Amino acid sequence: MSPAPVAAPDAVATVDASLAPERRDAVRYLLILLPAVLVLLALFVYPLLGIVERSAYTPKTGYTLEYYGQIWRVPVYLQVIGRTFRTSALVTLMCLALGYPLAYLLATLRPRVARLLMIVVVLPFFTSIIVRTYAWMVLLGRNGVVNQYLTRLGLTDTPLPLLYNQGGVLIGMTYVLLPYMVLTVYSVMRGIEPGLIRAAHSLGASRWQAFRRVFLPLSLPGIAGGTLLVFILSLGFFITPALMGGPSDVMIAMLIEREVEFTLNWSFASALAVILLVLTLIGFVGYNRIVRLERVFEARD
Amino acid sequence: MVAVQDVSATIDRGSFFTLLGPSGSGKTTTLMMVAGFAYPTQGEVFVDGKPLAGLPPQKRELGMVFQSYAVFPHLTVFDNIAFPLQIRRARRAEIRQRVGEALELVQLQGYDRRLPRQLSGGEQQRVALARALVFRPRVLLMDEPLGALDKKLRAHMQLELKHIQRHLHVTVMYVTHDQEEALTMSDRVAVMQSGRIEQVGTPAELYEAPASRFVADFLGESNFVDGVIVGAPTAGRWLVRSGGGLEFRGVGAVPLQAGQPVTAAIRPEKLVPVEGPADALQTGAVNTCKGTVEEAIYVGDATRYRVALGADGAVTVKVPNRLGLRRPAEGEAVALAWSPDETRLFPRGET
Repeated sequence: MSPAPVAAPDAVATVDASLAPERRDAVRYLLILLPAVLVLLALFVYPLLGIVERSAYTPKTGYTLEYYGQIWRVPVYLQVIGRTFRTSALVTLMCLALGYPLAYLLATLRPRVARLLMIVVVLPFFTSIIVRTYAWMVLLGRNGVVNQYLTRLGLTDTPLPLLYNQGGVLIGMTYVLLPYMVLTVYSVMRGIEPGLIRAAHSLGASRWQAFRRVFLPLSLPGIAGGTLLVFILSLGFFITPALMGGPSDVMIAMLIEREVEFTLNWSFASALAVILLVLTLIGFVGYNRIVRLERVFEARD
Repeated sequence: MVAVQDVSATIDRGSFFTLLGPSGSGKTTTLMMVAGFAYPTQGEVFVDGKPLAGLPPQKRELGMVFQSYAVFPHLTVFDNIAFPLQIRRARRAEIRQRVGEALELVQLQGYDRRLPRQLSGGEQQRVALARALVFRPRVLLMDEPLGALDKKLRAHMQLELKHIQRHLHVTVMYVTHDQEEALTMSDRVAVMQSGRIEQVGTPAELYEAPASRFVADFLGESNFVDGVIVGAPTAGRWLVRSGGGLEFRGVGAVPLQAGQPVTAAIRPEKLVPVEGPADALQTGAVNTCKGTVEEAIYVGDATRYRVALGADGAVTVKVPNRLGLRRPAEGEAVALAWSPDETRLFPRGET
């Protein structure tokens, strides 16, 4: 808590004396990291470079930007990319709208109740995503549980189209990604000292003012982290849009899969993957500019 | 579980009132009930003659300083102090002026644009103080505000707090477990134990005339000697015979009667080593006894002796290090003299 003011001359002396052990420490840390670094290099970086190379190479003509040109020329590809980002943004917003209040509840409830609720939040992780997606299809289908209830209650005459459209995709993806948002936001909220809220009340702030002026700003790192995580996961989502979406809800991951599985055009699939990667990185950098992630994630003392 | 019961005290406007007690004595709970963060099942809190019951903390207009500082980490020093004024929708110019005054009051001029993490613990505590005072609360509540500071800074802040309190004429309700802090700063102190107030009084009253053995023990230091009252009192002073056969006189902290078992409390600095023969003193209105110096410890401003009294155990004697005072050596036989009026008698069995 209390940052100790260090006398400058002393500090210089200590640093000089400890240079050698520090270097030894660095070597030790590298050794600890080595297995992870090797695995990442072999299984991630090397294949990624392969994808990049493949995206700009054909056996016939050698290196070419033909595939990128194709993506640029044929409207449907840009449409799919645009839809992928739009859907991801919508899913992120829905996760935030649902997840933030839930995380707030978890963070303010008594610990015992909160722990129980937390189990409920994490429970879906114990089943496969395919099983959960099919479960949603059972619920949302034309003769699904939801439509049966709605007709029985007389709220609608004909079954509502809840599946195989954008609504279905949004429901499914929001459901799958919600725990990521809740957990990220919750972990930050838990770190907010309750004394600060008390202090705000003692200074005259109503519950809303204390939330708005103290709790919300202090939970921003959680919002930043949660939205970023959910958005990036959404961009590459495959199973849920493939099963719950309609023909006009194709996202880029499905496009890539189609090229690999059916057209066997691996180079084109690689080009699409590279585009997705680059756009994600651009999005990350832009987001970073706005939210200043490094400042938000800066270790609070 | 009952955390606090039978706590009644009146605090004069503009005075410095301290709740003093060991941890778990209910002092913080009492403060929280005043602040509105805890609710009494029975009883009432009044400020300016008006009951506070049913009012949430934010409507009580009481300033509060927490032990953990509770400075908002995402706001600058200026915005921290401006917070209560912004909540009250004060005008911009007024906010600027009053925050400036508050910064001056706690001697943090020029710090307004810094963030809390750039401040030391003492500086953060000053920000918390300025923030709690800037909206001119009716009462300033402080919960061990100096507990996290080092000893020297704490002593400095104690004096500064006292100055600010006098300067602003603000009523302060202060919680601490540090008896020295309580004595230094307070106009009146309530000593708490096990959720009850043991005694309320000025620092001098508490120190010189503790109402219970607990107060005599908790506030400062006391020697305790067990005995039984023999005979009726003369001039309000009872004669006590200790288990070890020692006889001395003392005043009762509560009404006593002959034959009652009592504990006598005597402060170490009230015991004076005197030149023998002790019998010469026996005639006067002074208590005396004889003992042997077991240990002498030099502590700077004084020397502390441990004097064995035979069957009555040993007592601690504190003698200022000043020329002309008798300072016996270890192993030396010594006579001690002290006043019956500085011998407090408490009924035994009571804790």
